[in-house]
Amino acid sequence: MSDHNYTPKSKFGKWFNDRLPLLSLANHLTDYPTPKNLNYWWTFGGILTFCLITQIVTGLILAMHYIAHADLAFESVEHIMRNVNYGWLIRYVHANGASMFFLAVYIHIFRSLYYGSYKSPREIIWILGMIIYILMMAAAFMGYVLPWGQMSFWGATVITNLFSAIPLVGESIVTWLWGGYSVDNPTLTRFFSLHYLIPFLILGLVVLHIWALHVPGNNNPIGIDLKKPSNDTVPFHPYIVVKDLFALLLFLIVFAFFVFYSPNILGHADNYIEANPLVTPAHIVPEWYLLPFYAILRSVPDKLLGVVAMFAAIFVLVILPWLDTSKVRSAIFRPLYKQFYWFLVADVLILGYVGAMPAEGLYLLVARIATAYYFLHFLVILPVLGLKEKTLEVPLSLTEPVLGGSPNQAMARSKKEIS
Amino acid sequence: MSEEKKTNRRDFIFTASYALGAVGVGAAVWPLVDQMNPDASVKALASTEVDISGVEVGQSITVLWRGKPVFIRRRTSEEIAKAKDVKIDDLPHPETDEDRAKNPEWLVMLGVCTHLGCVPLGDKGEYGGWFCPCHGSHYDTSGRIRKGPAPTNMEVPKYEFVDSNTIKIG
Repeated sequence: MSDHNYTPKSKFGKWFNDRLPLLSLANHLTDYPTPKNLNYWWTFGGILTFCLITQIVTGLILAMHYIAHADLAFESVEHIMRNVNYGWLIRYVHANGASMFFLAVYIHIFRSLYYGSYKSPREIIWILGMIIYILMMAAAFMGYVLPWGQMSFWGATVITNLFSAIPLVGESIVTWLWGGYSVDNPTLTRFFSLHYLIPFLILGLVVLHIWALHVPGNNNPIGIDLKKPSNDTVPFHPYIVVKDLFALLLFLIVFAFFVFYSPNILGHADNYIEANPLVTPAHIVPEWYLLPFYAILRSVPDKLLGVVAMFAAIFVLVILPWLDTSKVRSAIFRPLYKQFYWFLVADVLILGYVGAMPAEGLYLLVARIATAYYFLHFLVILPVLGLKEKTLEVPLSLTEPVLGGSPNQAMARSKKEIS
Repeated sequence: MSEEKKTNRRDFIFTASYALGAVGVGAAVWPLVDQMNPDASVKALASTEVDISGVEVGQSITVLWRGKPVFIRRRTSEEIAKAKDVKIDDLPHPETDEDRAKNPEWLVMLGVCTHLGCVPLGDKGEYGGWFCPCHGSHYDTSGRIRKGPAPTNMEVPKYEFVDSNTIKIG
């Protein structure tokens, strides 16, 4: 990790550090050289850590009052809302916290897409991030089932039935997932167990994600490799810590707005009706953060291919470092990619919108076009663009354009090469 | 590599050890996996008897069997005629109405859309049968898929008429 040697000042510190180098680790984390041009899009890693801890702490408390049983779950959630001291607050923070977590993770992912943070040598960081994202979706889905409302029950039915599309063994897998012949009490109790487990798996992966990040160091808006430590870097503490904390405060304003002023706006009214296996709600919609994938699923008229398309939409993200052939990381120096990037952002937003609408008529047509474009972007545009695009000239260091000693970049470059 | 590697007695012991170890690990893991399958109490609820004496022609009832809704519909003669009057080649999942409803007046089937498991709505859809609101599958008066993403017809469970007023499902 860090290449400098650290010796604690106190005698006890030295004795302890020789046996368990925690102080060296703390020193590495505070001194960690960070690009000095990181903008506010880089503060979402810290915000996401905060979100994860919030979900774990509030979830731990909710589990003290919640009862995982098909006959009691719905009532126990209402009990938390009405009787438990501050239960309403803790549950609303947990429920909206999931949405805030996804809001932050989408910004974090799109930051990575814009500045090419997934490219060599950061592929493993990216893949670990994608595994975290997939686990987040699994945790969120199972958590949504626990209140045992109508959307919980039918969401669980639809999502678990996705596996029935697998040829030959699909039905057996679904029965195995359910522990019965339909979504019922055994399904609820196992979802509770797994919902409790997954955040800790995510926590472990976050440690690996940060560890992998600290090997090459942060990418930066210019997307060039920096010499570390150098004029181009600042220590993580206090510079980045303070910036992250300020961004977190702004984020908390948004978070608090949802929790205190519209705690149910991101949920669905049908989930305040207890689960009923005989009646399907007229219009099943997943939570907002899953809507683009839901739109892709519904845009394919074949069951198996629809499921395949939905999982492929996630898989293309995992292999993105090898689909994008461009050597230049940041979109700042890629005039064409910059435009396609915004097309993709619009495309995903459109997919999210049509995912919330009924799958018919114009909505279905738009969903199909947007699905096709999504795959076109990753499978055709990115590989070709990397080979064809004429990129702008990339500076050699962050200070070069300012301190290169010459207004002419090319001359500054040649000087550098001589020295 | 100058010397060629010969298979010897030690390689045999390694391979045999790995194989035995794999079998042992598999045997130890299987209970951990199988505990998620339906348990004895779930399997015990395998059959249910339904009184159908109150169902008039053109009416349906929905009963719960193994946690899933079962549609029992006493079909009108027009519905039966419509179900029989279909070219078998036109069906995405070819099944004759005779195979699906042994007693043509009574259609008994799982009220579960074969796409992703929603409960279809009766007397709806382009074929006068059922329509699934979740992802738009249309079923005909025999519960056969005609249009939409569902891959197969609604499933007909095992059932029998115990007497003229009672159906035993399962």
